[in-house]
Order: sequence, then C-alpha cells, then structure tokens
Amino acid sequence: MRRDSNILNNIDWLTLFIYGILVIMGWLNIYASVYQEGAGMNIFDFSLNSGKQLVWIGSTIIIFFIIVTIDFQFYESVSYILYGLILFMLIFVLLFGAKVSGARSWFEIGSFFKIQPSEFAKFITALVVARFISTPGFRFNSKRQLVMVSALVLIPILLILLQPDPGTALIYFSFLIVFYREGLSPLVLVIGLLFVMIFISTLFINQLYIIGAIVIIAAISIALAEKTFKKISSIVIIMLLTIGVTFSVDYFQSNILKPHHQKRLRVLINPDSDPLGDGWNVTQSKIAIGSGQFWGKGFLNGTQTKFDFVPEQSTDFIFCTLGEEHGYIGTSLVIILFIFLIMRIFTIAERQKSRFARTYGYAVGAIIFFHFMINIGMTIGLFPVIGIPLPFFSYGGSSLWAFSILLFILLKLDAHRMQIFVR
Amino acid sequence: MNDSSKLIIRIGVILVGVIFLIKLLSIQVLSDNYRLAAENNIIQRIIEYPYRGLIHDRKGELLVINNPMYDLMVVPMEVEVKDTAEFCGMFGIDKETFIEKYNDARDYSVIKPSVFIKQISNEEFARIQDKLINFKGFYIVARSVREYPHPVLANALGYVGEISKGQLDRDTTRYYRMGDYIGISGVESSYEEILRGQRGVKKRMVNVRGVEQGLYKEGRLDTMSVPGNNLVATIDLDIQQYAEKLLAGKVGSLVAIQPATGEILSIVSAPSYDPNILTGREFSENFQVLSLDTLNPLFNRPIMAMYPPGSMFKTIQALIALQENVIDKDELIYSDGRLIGDLAPIGYYDVEEAITYSSNNYFFKVFRRIINQGEDPSPYIDARFGLEKWRNYVVKFGLGVTLDIDIPNPKSGYVPTVGYYDRVYGQNRWKFSNIYSLSIGQGETLVTPLQMANLGATIANKGYFYTPHIIKSVDDKGLPDPKYLVKNEVGIDSVHFNAVINGMEEVVRSGSGRRAYMTNIAVCGKTSTVENPHGADHSGFMGFAPKEDPQIAIAVYVENAGWGGRAAASISSLVIEKYLTGEVKRTWLEEFVLKGDFLY
Repeated sequence: MRRDSNILNNIDWLTLFIYGILVIMGWLNIYASVYQEGAGMNIFDFSLNSGKQLVWIGSTIIIFFIIVTIDFQFYESVSYILYGLILFMLIFVLLFGAKVSGARSWFEIGSFFKIQPSEFAKFITALVVARFISTPGFRFNSKRQLVMVSALVLIPILLILLQPDPGTALIYFSFLIVFYREGLSPLVLVIGLLFVMIFISTLFINQLYIIGAIVIIAAISIALAEKTFKKISSIVIIMLLTIGVTFSVDYFQSNILKPHHQKRLRVLINPDSDPLGDGWNVTQSKIAIGSGQFWGKGFLNGTQTKFDFVPEQSTDFIFCTLGEEHGYIGTSLVIILFIFLIMRIFTIAERQKSRFARTYGYAVGAIIFFHFMINIGMTIGLFPVIGIPLPFFSYGGSSLWAFSILLFILLKLDAHRMQIFVR
Repeated sequence: MNDSSKLIIRIGVILVGVIFLIKLLSIQVLSDNYRLAAENNIIQRIIEYPYRGLIHDRKGELLVINNPMYDLMVVPMEVEVKDTAEFCGMFGIDKETFIEKYNDARDYSVIKPSVFIKQISNEEFARIQDKLINFKGFYIVARSVREYPHPVLANALGYVGEISKGQLDRDTTRYYRMGDYIGISGVESSYEEILRGQRGVKKRMVNVRGVEQGLYKEGRLDTMSVPGNNLVATIDLDIQQYAEKLLAGKVGSLVAIQPATGEILSIVSAPSYDPNILTGREFSENFQVLSLDTLNPLFNRPIMAMYPPGSMFKTIQALIALQENVIDKDELIYSDGRLIGDLAPIGYYDVEEAITYSSNNYFFKVFRRIINQGEDPSPYIDARFGLEKWRNYVVKFGLGVTLDIDIPNPKSGYVPTVGYYDRVYGQNRWKFSNIYSLSIGQGETLVTPLQMANLGATIANKGYFYTPHIIKSVDDKGLPDPKYLVKNEVGIDSVHFNAVINGMEEVVRSGSGRRAYMTNIAVCGKTSTVENPHGADHSGFMGFAPKEDPQIAIAVYVENAGWGGRAAASISSLVIEKYLTGEVKRTWLEEFVLKGDFLY
C-alpha cells in the first residue's frame, strides 16, 4: 500500500476539530468561573486558572506533534513497559504522594507542577488491554485469558481505590464496553448492571428485604423453569451468589466507601435530605444550570459561579458555568459535540484493520463516554457527586494532557490504518 | 464477534445524550424555579425599618416617641466564634441558648441573616459595639421601640408588639413580614396604617459567604423607608395626668369630652400601668404579669366596662318624656315613695326638681307614661309599643350601640328590647310592672363610662353630639377622620334641655352632687349610686361645665366607692376645675379623693 508522504494528510481532522472546539470552550468557561467583576482580570493572566490552562493547551500542540512523529508501532510495543511504569508510579504515589483532600493521588514537584498518575493510567491501561486482546488466539471464552485481561484493569482500580479515589476508579469500568465489543458475553454487562443496582439499593433498603426479594425471584424462576436438577441448582447457585454480593456490598460500603461517599449516593436520590451539607453541591449546581434558562445569562454574567455558590467550578463543576452563562443553547451544543465526538471515535475504531487499534479506539471512546456521563450526570443530579473531570473542558493539566494523549494516539494509529496487514 | 454489539454501544451512548438533553430541557427551559432560586441565593434584602409616627397631645406635648434599639443578626455561614463563653457573657445568655439560637438560624438559612438577639438597648449596644468585631457573622440592625415620656394613657394608646403568626396569616395586604412590629391595641392598633410608615427595602448581591457584591440591578428596585405619620391626640396631658393621679389606687374610669367637638380631653382606666413596661425585651414577661393581675389593668374600662347607668339615666327619661309630651315642664307630680324605694322626700316635683332630688317615684311615674301611652287597650301590648318608642330615643343617645371611637373594641352596653322581654317572660306576658326598674337606670340597661360622658356632652350641646374620638389630626392635616365631623342629633328639641340642665345645676348646688360645687364655675351634673349585687355600690357622676357655653363634659365611675356624690362627683369636679382654671384650689377635696376612703 502506498504510504502517504505527509502523515498530517491522514489525520482525522474532524475529530481534532471537535477536540479543539471543546478545549477552547472549556478555556473560556474556566475564565468565567474564576472571573471576579471589577477586578481588572485578564484571561491570559498566568496566575489565573485560565492563564495556566492556556499553557496546558499550548503544550498539547507539542504533545500532538511528538505523538504524530513517533512510529505508530511504538505504542503497541511499549504498552507493557508503560503499564509496568504506571503501576510503579501508582504504588509510589500511595507511599510518597501529597495528600490532597484526603487522597494520595498527586505528586507535587515544586509548587507549580503537580501530576496525577491515575489520569495517565487510563490511556496506558487502554494500550495494554488493546495489546493483550490483540494477542493472536485471545478469546474471552478462555477463562484464563478473561481473568488475565480483567486483572490488567483491576490492578490499577485497586491501587486507585487505595488512594482512595473511587471516582477515577469507577472510570475503569468503561473497559466493560470494550470487552463487550471484543466478544465478552453481554451477560457480564447485565450482571455488572445488576451489581450496580443492588449496590445502590442497599444504600436505601434494608439488606434483609433485598435478600427476601432475591429469594422470591429465585423461587418464581424455579417454579417457571424446567424442573431439571441442573437448572434448579444453577438458579440456587446464582441466588446464593447474589446474596453474597449484597453482603460484600455491605462490607464495601461500611469499610471501603467513606461516609461522605455514602452520603453523596443518598443525596442523589433525595437532595433535600441534606440541603446544606452534601446536597448543597448538587442543589447549587442544578440551580446554576437551571437558572441559565434557554439563552443563558451571558458570558461572565453567571451569579452562581461568580459568587462561589458552585464548588469546584473550574474543574469538576465546569458544566455549571456553561449551563448558567450559555443556557440550553450552550449545554445542548456541548452534549451534541460530545456525543458526536464519541460516535466519531467509535467510527474510527471500527475502520481499523488491526485488532489492537480497534480495541484501543473503543477504550478511548468508552473512557471519554464514562467521564462525560458521570460528570454531566452529576451536575444535573442524575449521578452521585463523584469528583472526575469533564474531558477537554475541565481545568487541570494532568487531565487535559491525559485526555489529549489518549485521543492523539488513536489519531496516530488511525492515520496508519492502511499500513496494517491483517494478521 | 457479533456485529450487534457496536450498534448497542452506540444506542447506549445516544440514549445517555438524549436523557441529558431532556433533563436539561426540563431544568433550564421548562422550569422557572432554578432562576428564582439563583436570585434568592444572591439577593440579600436589607430592610430599613421606618420610624413609627409620634403622638402628641392637643397642646403639642409628646405622648409617644421612638427609642432606638438594636437587633443582633446572624449569618450562620459567616460565623466564627472562637470564645463562645465570652460571647455568651456579653449578651447574658447561656451556652445552651446560644446553640439553640444558632441552630434555629441555620435551619432557616445558612446564608441569610436571621435575628439572633432581639431588642438590644442603646446602653447595651454601646457596651458591646467594639467587641462585636471579634465575632464574625454577627451584626447589628437598627430598629426602634416605643417610649412614653409620661407614663399615662396606657390602655388608650395601646402597645406595639411583634406580629403574631395568626395576624400574619390574616394579613390580606401582604404588607407584614415575620418579626415586624404592629400596633396591637389602643390607638397603636386603630391608627396602625397611618403610624407604621412604609418599609424600605434595599437589595444587595452577596456571594456564598454573605460578602456584599454590590447593588442588585444597580439599585433600581430599592425603596426608601417612609416614616409613619405623626398623630395629634385630643388628650390634654395636664388633665390626663391629673385625672390618673386622682384615680390612682381605685378601680374605675373617667372620660372627659369637649362637647363642641367630641374630642376626648382625658380618658382614664384605673388601675393602669406604666406603658413603658410593654416595650422592649421585657414585653412578654411584663405582659404576663399584667394579664394575671386580678384587677385586670389591661382591661380598658372607660370603653369596655359596663355598668347600670343609675340615676344619671333620669336625665334621658326626662328628655324623652318632654319630647313625647307625656309631661309638661312645669307639671307637678306627687311622689310619695310608695311605688319604688326612694331617698327623695315626699312631695310634688316638677321635672327640674325631680332631677335635683333624684326622685325615683317621679321617674317611675314618668316612665310609666312613656311606656303606657294608650296605643292599645291591653297593657301588655301597650308596653310593647311604649318600650319600642322609648328604646328608639335611648339608642339615639348612643346607648345600646357602639360609639365609633378610634380605640378598638368599644362595648355597646345594653338597652333591652321588646324581644328580650319576650324571651324572658314570654310574648305579651310582660308589661310596665315588669320593666319599671329601667325608669331609674337600673335593671337590664348597661352603659359604658364613655357613653355617659357622651350623654353629658349631648346635654351640654342641648341635643346633639360628635362621636367621641381621641385623635384630632393626622400630621398637619388638621382634621380628624371625617366621621368625627358628623353631627349626631338625638331627636330631642333643644328647648327641653333647659329644665334638665337647670335640675343638674341644682344637683351640684344643693343636691347629691354638692361636692362638685364651685363658686366660680357653674357645674351641671347628676350622680349615680349604682346598685351592685356583688359588693359595695359603684359611685358614678355625669356632668358638664360651665353651664353657659360648656367646655367639658365628664363621666366618672368608681367601683365599690358607694355614693355617686362622693368619689365620682369629687373627682369630676376637680378635673373640671383643673381644666377650666388650670389649677386646683380646693386642696381639701383633692386630699379627700386621694385618700380614697369613700365608704367611711
């Protein structure tokens, strides 16, 4: 196949264009969220988040050229090495990281430079999972291989949970989408969903009732099913396993999940249960977005953000600033852009000839989708308050870099899709 | 690898997007609540309480003024108290109270101010002013409470208090807010809308920590407070103070009216209290004490206490009889003391003498003539016609109906109707002999001291009265409520009054009211010794002075003080002397009254 002399001609510019729009919109909203009226502020001021973010944005251009320049096969070949490195860093950060709001997630190098390894662990895990799945002869049917690929994801989850940063850990469940696309039985997804449902319901409903419900469902199933020993025994086993889950969930809740996380889950269902504590964030976030109405209050005119009613405005709750100042026009545009971007990424993934690139593409789409879903869902009260950034939008060097690298590697792989010989 | 999976994944992603778009549509476009909530977050309403109108007496003396006072407000989100003990010590509260108040405020709002300690006095404020800086989240709002430079007129002026939940619910004008002050009784209540002024509201934007961020909409929605209008009372402070002094230690009422205008010169309810105790922080404590007092100082006797009129009522009987032409002014009627118990000597009386000597038998006969005018051969039916006719006259004098005075809740008293006796005795089963005690102002008739003072004014005016009122003018308008400029005719020709007035003059000169006699002032009056089944008789006096060109009409009731000629006549006379001459020369009479030993 003819190799194009200029790699840039093969880059998917549409994806890069949407990426650019989101980054610029994010930057403007970061400025709006730190803006103070009459303080003579400048969006380029490096002491402001907006100025700093501009540095990060500028640096992504360099990152882009570095990634594009490096040979495309490099990413596949170094994935295990990178994986080993990031696991080491995740352990290292547990021991020597700076404690920020109760979690050891950050390395602080000097006062300006902070780095969050768990952000970078996402694209590295994506690479390593893609590499493992693209190994000739890999099949999800093989229990050994299933356990191994799961372990690749579960090890970083475990390390991140130890920080503890359950929000970021949650993102790794996006790999279920990748597994599903690559042939994992949908049953696993259904069981995963069931697990989440039981998890949430145990927060509100007495464990005994849930166990009772499970037993009743099992009894009905037995009554309706063929009365063979195999069927009945398997139903009983599933029943016992599910009951086991409720106990483990209970254990997870009271021993791993911190009280403020439990509270946040409860607040999700009923924000009024704690309107001034944990419900505050959700309530104020919804007020900010809702008060934007159709057209928004106008750039820099948001009172909820300007007067600090919304917490973490430039990072996790950046969507509030958008919703308040740019209204439904702004929020729907951003949602459509994200959906379009994710769709585009899946399309790119589907057109890959190599299994590695395709799997990696799905991982990119799934990770961005999970962030998008959890972050925006949180700001509009559909998800519990979980501190994860909105990709490309939120303030933060680590997250912008990590998402940019995640996306750029895909673009690089895609640019070379014609050079791959199907194995 | 199945191909349906890529489709399912895409559907899942789009589904999430659609859910978000719908949810955002509902909160951003379809609901207005969030916009309001956002405004509510940032807008801090700063209430500027208006000054309540002052009240002057008729000569310009201040009766009611405002006293600056401060409320301590708290914004829970801002609160930083390092030393709770010091804080509590400063305000004299204990730690439990502090925590309780703080929690209440926080439950109301963390970012909005709520009242922490009410009504801090000027002196206390001066003491804590400097220290308050150490306690972030607390600040002061200026308000004012009433102050009475002269501790008189408590019941007539009434008091001001915080609006109750019930009053708030009933407030259809939606003017009041929780914590507002409102006139609860007396003039404070009846002139509330004039006195209160208009509250000013300034809207400020604040951030989440309550720090001010400038004017809301450049202050275009702000309103200035408008002070309430001042009132000029009809009260003469000197007379009021003197009258209250005379009634101190007694239970009773005094009402003095300027006959030509209906202006109340003095209105006394005894026992009374210092109105200053129902202001400020001790309000509820003191109110409790007053309301438990068995002498009921909160009961506004001159307009609410009802007594039988007693002999004063004979003046009305005489006037009705003359108007109805059932007697002639000079007609002599023999009174022998056999029809009804009587203190007047046996003999022939004309109407003038009958009043002077308060002849019960004379008025028994006169009343019988009023009642039995031969409209029907049956005495039962005849009495119905008679009573109806009689009652129509009495009601015109303002008895049995509420006089529309500008103090809330005046009582109407009672003048029995035909229906009343029908209920008591059965229809057509009663006649004059059942109702004769009405003839001498006993029986079922009940009047208030105010109504009797108004009777005095009506007689002084020879046939009309202006409804008594206590407010002469709102600010500089110079005129009272228009309803007080309406002349009420009582339907008796003025010529008939002469005999009654002459009789009343003689009462004071030589009859039962001799204690009211003055050589230089012609006082006309009528005493009442009101029969009281529960104890000693009540002493009553109604009159006016001077006889020619009357300046003051007066009614006094002193409970359980025996003869009308003693307590009530003496007090009336002293007040008349004070009002007409400016001083009291008859110190012996003053001492007699102040000693208060009327029963011997």
